[in-house]
Amino acid sequence: MVESKKQWKAWLYLAPALVLLAIFTVWPIINTVRMAFLENYSGLKAAGGATFQFGIGNFKKVLEYKKFVNCLKTTSLLCVATVPISTLLALLISVALNSIKPLQKLLQTIFFLPYVTNSIAIGMVFAAMFNIVGSFHGTQNELIATAGIVNNVIEFFGGTAVNWINSGSSYAANITVMIIYIVWNALPFKILILLGGLQSINKQYYDAAKVDGSTRSRILWRITVPLLSPMLAYVIITGFIGGFKEYTSIVGIFGATMGPPDDGGRLNTMVGFIYDALSTNSQGRASAAALILFGIILVVTLINLSVSKKNTHY
Amino acid sequence: MKVVLENLTRIFPNRTKGGEDVVAVNGFSFEIPDGKLVGLLGPSGCGKSTTLYMICGLQKPSGGKIFFGEDDVTDLPPEHRGVGLVFQNYALYPHMTVKQNILYPLQNLKGEDKLSKEEMLKRTVEVAKLVQIDNLLDRKPSELSGGQQQRVAIARALVKMPRVLLLDEPLSNLDARLRLQTREEIRRIQQETGITTIFVTHDQEEAMSISDMIVVMKLGVVQQIGKPQNVYDDPANLFVAKFLGTPPINVFEGEVRGGMLFVGGDPILAVRNVPDQKVIVGIRPEGFILDERGPMHCHINGVEVMGRDVSVVATNEASVNPVVRSIISSENNVDTSTGIIRYSIKPNKLFLFDHETEERIPFEV
Repeated sequence: MVESKKQWKAWLYLAPALVLLAIFTVWPIINTVRMAFLENYSGLKAAGGATFQFGIGNFKKVLEYKKFVNCLKTTSLLCVATVPISTLLALLISVALNSIKPLQKLLQTIFFLPYVTNSIAIGMVFAAMFNIVGSFHGTQNELIATAGIVNNVIEFFGGTAVNWINSGSSYAANITVMIIYIVWNALPFKILILLGGLQSINKQYYDAAKVDGSTRSRILWRITVPLLSPMLAYVIITGFIGGFKEYTSIVGIFGATMGPPDDGGRLNTMVGFIYDALSTNSQGRASAAALILFGIILVVTLINLSVSKKNTHY
Repeated sequence: MKVVLENLTRIFPNRTKGGEDVVAVNGFSFEIPDGKLVGLLGPSGCGKSTTLYMICGLQKPSGGKIFFGEDDVTDLPPEHRGVGLVFQNYALYPHMTVKQNILYPLQNLKGEDKLSKEEMLKRTVEVAKLVQIDNLLDRKPSELSGGQQQRVAIARALVKMPRVLLLDEPLSNLDARLRLQTREEIRRIQQETGITTIFVTHDQEEAMSISDMIVVMKLGVVQQIGKPQNVYDDPANLFVAKFLGTPPINVFEGEVRGGMLFVGGDPILAVRNVPDQKVIVGIRPEGFILDERGPMHCHINGVEVMGRDVSVVATNEASVNPVVRSIISSENNVDTSTGIIRYSIKPNKLFLFDHETEERIPFEV
């Protein structure tokens, strides 16, 4: 226990951090809640000296927006698809990485590179890979020339090129590209965490399992995964939180239009919706949407935590 | 199932350039008879654990062969050898209950060995009863005491009815009292199941108390194999003599002249058939007899009372160790007033060793 005499000193040392937190974190949160509940709140009107009534009009408006429902759908779809895929892939890759000795450090570095690379830059590279540069002729919109590595590979193996992200592309194709990109982008962090977890597992469990006659897959599912469960829970929870905040990845590939050129906004996400609202001076609506997003993340995280509590072994 | 080791060798190659390879086990040959409890004994780094892991199959021998009965298992992976291994720190799966831990090896069985669920459960309960943990089946390992974890580990090793049971330092993680109890328990379980059992220990008392046979190792080389009492009474060399026995054997510089053994100038024992030479003399603590006219004299330091016995701590100029420790019955009165204590020596508790090779020199009284 700190003596009460010395407590003021403790507070003094904490003060700089507390002041900064209060100004840049606590107050904005309070203000967000306030703005969300002020009917039709707008920065411009507020500057003009208008007063606003309290109410839930902002929330109503947001939920009635077709665009918002669309954003919610896209975001949830990306979340549900990418988190399991990237977690499973990260698990398999880290187990494989952990079991090889030569080149382990080199491969570890290679797998970690996406983490230190700017996601807009990665997005531009992906956009180039999935691009189609060519022209259509005739009434069937038949493609006569393609560029972009992915389509080149598909054609090399005798498939037909897919319009991934250009005008006229399908929603499914867009989403596929996004899933591949997000999974690839999410891997390094997960691999890092899981590899660290794997290396802290006592090797004797594996010796014991070997003597007990386990097959490799049984060792993976019955020994490794349970012993790794705290790390798995962590990457899944942070994965979902990150997934609901998806925005830059879409800007990276599709640009600020948030969709193929002929159907902008098709792939807009929750965060994208908030930004849009802000840029049209609808701070009230943006705040309401942010609170809704917060509520969703909170609920999903609570579900995650309660599920992982049952299945995690610390 | 008898276990035959033939010239078993394990070499760890040196990692640094120009360094020497480490020979962990060097030419180990031994036939372990069926149903016996054998202790591999030696100081740390003597290759005893390496030997155990080679028998288990977790480590590959660099040379030599291992047979279980008539089967050559040298190249078999551990799961096909039919061995049960109890790890030093038990290596119980922390996320599984006791029951799941014991069930796990059975669930791994494939093909015709595959058991029905009821059969698995039956065998789990049976083996849990054998090691007396049948009331703990639903606990997690972290909720068990060290001794209970030990029993679970033994149960897990026994449940698939191995041909050979291997124990790596089974008692080292237990406190002194539990150790005594558990070693009896291991003995009982071994005798009830009749499974050939090999265990590794650095504790000579532990090895001597429960083994049918002990193997004393030093730096990868087997020093002596035999029944515990025989090895104790008839050590092959100075190392074995020093390693067995608590308190340890007293070692002196001595000399044989004209059939008489001199230690520190005292002619302590007539030894026939030994040519004149410098020797190393080992005398077990219980080999001293209080005798006012005894030939050997020591300067007394003190007397430690241990209940049944007393331990006399003394010094002798020829002693290699700082003190000479003798155990005598507490019925004797030790006279400390003169500062000198005289002993006569029991000939069968005295051993002579070559001054250079430290090998045993036989003698006749």
